[in-house]
Amino acid sequence: MGYPRVVSTFDDLIAANERVEPRDEMPDAYRATLVRQIAQHAHSEIIGMQPEGNWLTRAPSLRRKAILLAKVQDEAGHGLYLYAAAETLGVSRDELLDALHAGKQKYSSIFNYPTLTWADIGAIGWLVDGAAIVNQVPLCRCSYGPYARAMVRVCKEESFHQRQGFELLHTLSHGTEAQHAMAQDAVDRWWWPSLMMFGPPDDASTHTGQSMAWGIKRFSNDTLRQRFVDMTVPQAEALGLTLPDPELRWNEERSSWDFGEIDFTELFEVVKGNGPCNAQRLAHRVRAHEEGAWVREAASAYAEKRAAREVA
Amino acid sequence: MVSTSEPVGIAGAAVTDVAHYAIALGDDALIASQRLTEWITLAPQLEEDVALGNIALDLLGQARLLFQYAGSLLDPPVGEDDLAYFRDERAFRNVSLVERPNGDFAVTMARLLVFSAYQLELYSRLVQSTDSTLAAIAAKAVKEVAYHRDHARQWVLRLGDGTAESHARMQTALDAEWPWTAELFEAGWLAPELVAGGLAVDPAALAQPALAWVRAVVAEATLAEPEVRPAVSFGRVGRHTEEMGRLLAELQHLARSHPGATW
Amino acid sequence: MGDLWEVFVRPKRGLAHVHVGSIHATDAAMALRNARDVYTRRQEGVSLWVVPSAEITASSPDEQDSFFDPAADKAYRHPTFYEVPDGLHI
Repeated sequence: MGYPRVVSTFDDLIAANERVEPRDEMPDAYRATLVRQIAQHAHSEIIGMQPEGNWLTRAPSLRRKAILLAKVQDEAGHGLYLYAAAETLGVSRDELLDALHAGKQKYSSIFNYPTLTWADIGAIGWLVDGAAIVNQVPLCRCSYGPYARAMVRVCKEESFHQRQGFELLHTLSHGTEAQHAMAQDAVDRWWWPSLMMFGPPDDASTHTGQSMAWGIKRFSNDTLRQRFVDMTVPQAEALGLTLPDPELRWNEERSSWDFGEIDFTELFEVVKGNGPCNAQRLAHRVRAHEEGAWVREAASAYAEKRAAREVA
Repeated sequence: MVSTSEPVGIAGAAVTDVAHYAIALGDDALIASQRLTEWITLAPQLEEDVALGNIALDLLGQARLLFQYAGSLLDPPVGEDDLAYFRDERAFRNVSLVERPNGDFAVTMARLLVFSAYQLELYSRLVQSTDSTLAAIAAKAVKEVAYHRDHARQWVLRLGDGTAESHARMQTALDAEWPWTAELFEAGWLAPELVAGGLAVDPAALAQPALAWVRAVVAEATLAEPEVRPAVSFGRVGRHTEEMGRLLAELQHLARSHPGATW
Repeated sequence: MGDLWEVFVRPKRGLAHVHVGSIHATDAAMALRNARDVYTRRQEGVSLWVVPSAEITASSPDEQDSFFDPAADKAYRHPTFYEVPDGLHI
């Protein structure tokens, strides 16, 4: 019987598919890649609160209002789990937020699209969270321990998000004619952006190779995108809604769905800052941060006074 | 003084005194929740987005239970959403305090401090109600509002005894909200038999314990108790501030745009 | 935003507190409340600890070999090291 000896160098850990923990030595580039990815992920959760928050005060039933409130609140929680994971790499949340506010770090471009109707809340839950789950489940086995552990919590909670979105759309789709049309319109608008959430095609992706070697990324963009399409097409049928892609058809040979070409020029425009809501989302976040500064300062001042009194 | 059996605006439904009481408590919770919800994505720190979300969810849950119960007592019965979405402004029975616009974080905490202190005293007595449904709702709610009250206290202490700016803002907020707190403790709108029969709690009896607790927090926070006259307010009889119409327009418009739809 | 605090949750009675992540807070009272709101929204816990991250003394990965490897060859500490006759439950 063997008691495995503890492996210790970074390369050994990666080769043995072991987790890297905060105090382990790691290459600077590995650390930088993780900071970039975890921060972007955390920022996405925080900015992602806005398009859904847009409907919180207008939810059409008290039950839906409670569900949406719990969901948006979860997103703040996920952001916090992820910032905490990033902080184990030696950056502070303040630095990361400053970078977000200064436009130096990115968040998922999907949140630069507006939520125009209530059905968008369903489409975000079903498609955007659905795509996020496909992206995120492999991250539960990511090589960096704190990130992997945060993702386990996030994924557990996200599955509620996707289901509520599906249920919401199902209700609309089987409701009045106006509700059905609202649901179809939302799916028409969110389908292609959600496919773009998996990033550029593999042959154009800049980070994939090294991230795969380091065990940060487990599957390529196109593999995950296909997985999402295959998962979603039958769900759309169950919803009684049409996905806006005339080229969508079952490929017997591949046992997968073929789908039309994605217009990545739009994605790149949105990434560059020219999406419908880029400026609005960032300005809203900066406003919250700036208007809250006096509150955070008060809490610090109070703590200092209390500590001083305890010493005295 | 208005008749306690005045219709609350659900067409054709007769409103009992008990339903009227549950609706008033539910309206307080719903409107307070709606205002807190407006904070989400704008809180001073992310932890506070989560905390305010928790409080808003608790209050929303209380409103739903109270509306479900009130709706079941109406003839014909109506659902929680009928009460929330299809009553007009004049039929809402919440105190004006909870509908006032958010203002800065100090205003929200000043309001939560007094409102949660009132709710804690209310629910901790309502658990003894002769009405077993109200007693059960209160038993659940009392734990929730104890946490809300603590949350408000923590922040009022920090803002009051924090920086010069936060102290000034907290004092201004307290001064502005204080006149609107008196309505919480008015009893004129409530059928006296409900109190006498042990079904409802006399709001007037809550003033002393609730305000004693609030005053202690205010003093500990190095703030001054406002010396202001109570505002003339009639929320409990359905005469609201001008802000209420806008709040309801936002809350109700989607549901009202699709009458008869389910969501 | 305050200092960093490590959060430990006791998932249910009878189990130990487990590290779940960290939180920012300016003082212990707020740290506890923030931890409650962020880490126990789904009844994940019945008890919480918060500890200032700076107060934790951790073993260093550099010392990993000398700290932990010496335990590796002491298989006799484990019950499975010992042979017992078949059918006996010891």
